[in-house]
Amino acid sequence: MVQKLGRLKESPSQTAGPYVHIGTNPNFIGIHGLYAADLGSETVPEAVRGERIVVTGRVFDGGGNILKDALIEIWQADADGLYPGRGEHRGAADPAFTGWARQPVDGVTGDFRFETIKPGSAPYFDGRPMAPHITFWIVARGINIGLHTRLYFGDEEEANATDPVLTRIEHRGRVPTLIAARSDDSGQPTYTFDIHLQGDKETVFFDI
Amino acid sequence: MRNDNASYQDGAFFQRDRAWHPPAFTPEYKTSVLRSPQKALLSLGNTISEMTGPVFGHDMLGPLDNDLIRNYATTGDPIGPRIIVYGRVLDENARPVPGALVEFWQANAGGRYRHKKETYLAAIDPNFGGCGRTITDEEGRYWFRTIKPGAYPWPNGVNDWRPAHIHFSVFGHAFAQRLITQMYFEGDPMIWQCPIVMSIPSREAVETLVAALDRAASLPMDTLAYKFDIVLRGSRATMFENRKEGN
Ligand SMILES: [Fe+2]
Repeated sequence: MVQKLGRLKESPSQTAGPYVHIGTNPNFIGIHGLYAADLGSETVPEAVRGERIVVTGRVFDGGGNILKDALIEIWQADADGLYPGRGEHRGAADPAFTGWARQPVDGVTGDFRFETIKPGSAPYFDGRPMAPHITFWIVARGINIGLHTRLYFGDEEEANATDPVLTRIEHRGRVPTLIAARSDDSGQPTYTFDIHLQGDKETVFFDI
Repeated sequence: MRNDNASYQDGAFFQRDRAWHPPAFTPEYKTSVLRSPQKALLSLGNTISEMTGPVFGHDMLGPLDNDLIRNYATTGDPIGPRIIVYGRVLDENARPVPGALVEFWQANAGGRYRHKKETYLAAIDPNFGGCGRTITDEEGRYWFRTIKPGAYPWPNGVNDWRPAHIHFSVFGHAFAQRLITQMYFEGDPMIWQCPIVMSIPSREAVETLVAALDRAASLPMDTLAYKFDIVLRGSRATMFENRKEGN
């Protein structure tokens, strides 16, 4: 016999289900009076440094159908590549920036839309720079465990070409699933990031 | 996964045990069929992007946020068995996780959700909203008061029913720890008939989601108590730490 390690097991994940909005975005579905605003729906304050951008897209299932009930969270560094919140020991991030946002997709069109700032570059664990990116976490009915992925920026070709994560993707044809194209047509820089849960265009999801 | 020079205490999280969690594709739960990635996940050692996470302060909480009996009531208390749910948020090293935002949502005592997509015949309770939130204290503890939710039918099999449950969303200290799960109630035979529960591969893992009835913690003539601990991923950082993680 040997000594016991005494570790606990992580609580197993269960789907967020169809009614996740009740818990996360009650105002979005008309439950008012509990929270002044849905957490994560706040606009980025004026004081935050950085280029204002819009990130938009839709989530598709394996049949090409647009999900109308998904919930998306994003987590990102500030304009200097520093993370707000816990775990950042390289310096203080922009104090006006939370780095986190959450939005349900639109119940009719399935569109999601985040108004945020473009993050700076942060280092990989070996010190090499990672290209600017935004972490995405997707939950919904039928998704048994939250899906992690990253949005990379289409106008960062040089940084993307040497990014330590993107260059690890063996099937090079799948790299574009993580790269959002930029458009300035609306006057506001807009990146479109469609997420495909399954199929030929399946987004690269991460086990982190 | 790490370079030779990285400190052993650099904070990376233990690899997630994917065999312990439900797989993405669980055909008995029909909606998962088209919503499950089929390609291998890209395994990625933690980077700063996953080892950091947002902070939520106690000042964001309203006084009734952890009281689902009162936070939506207008004409009286909601119908149903009054319960307290309490427990701790821990990591895999059995260390408390203080300052963790815990959000919860549930059906009312009749099994009906306050949601426009809900079509179950059971009545809406005018005094029950069905959601709340709290933040763990320095010892990782949390509690809230609510009514015990009812079982409800759902469109999957012709006659599938969910056991009584409360949904939980938990933020730890890092985005790598982000978790959504569900709590079930001790002694409920319907747990073992539910395709969503049974998406979890082992009985042992399911049992970690079943809250224990705690008669000692119950309030006489008032409220039954259920204990529900939640475990988030642990890291090499908290293994060696003497100070509390609360920074
Ligand atoms: Fe539910």
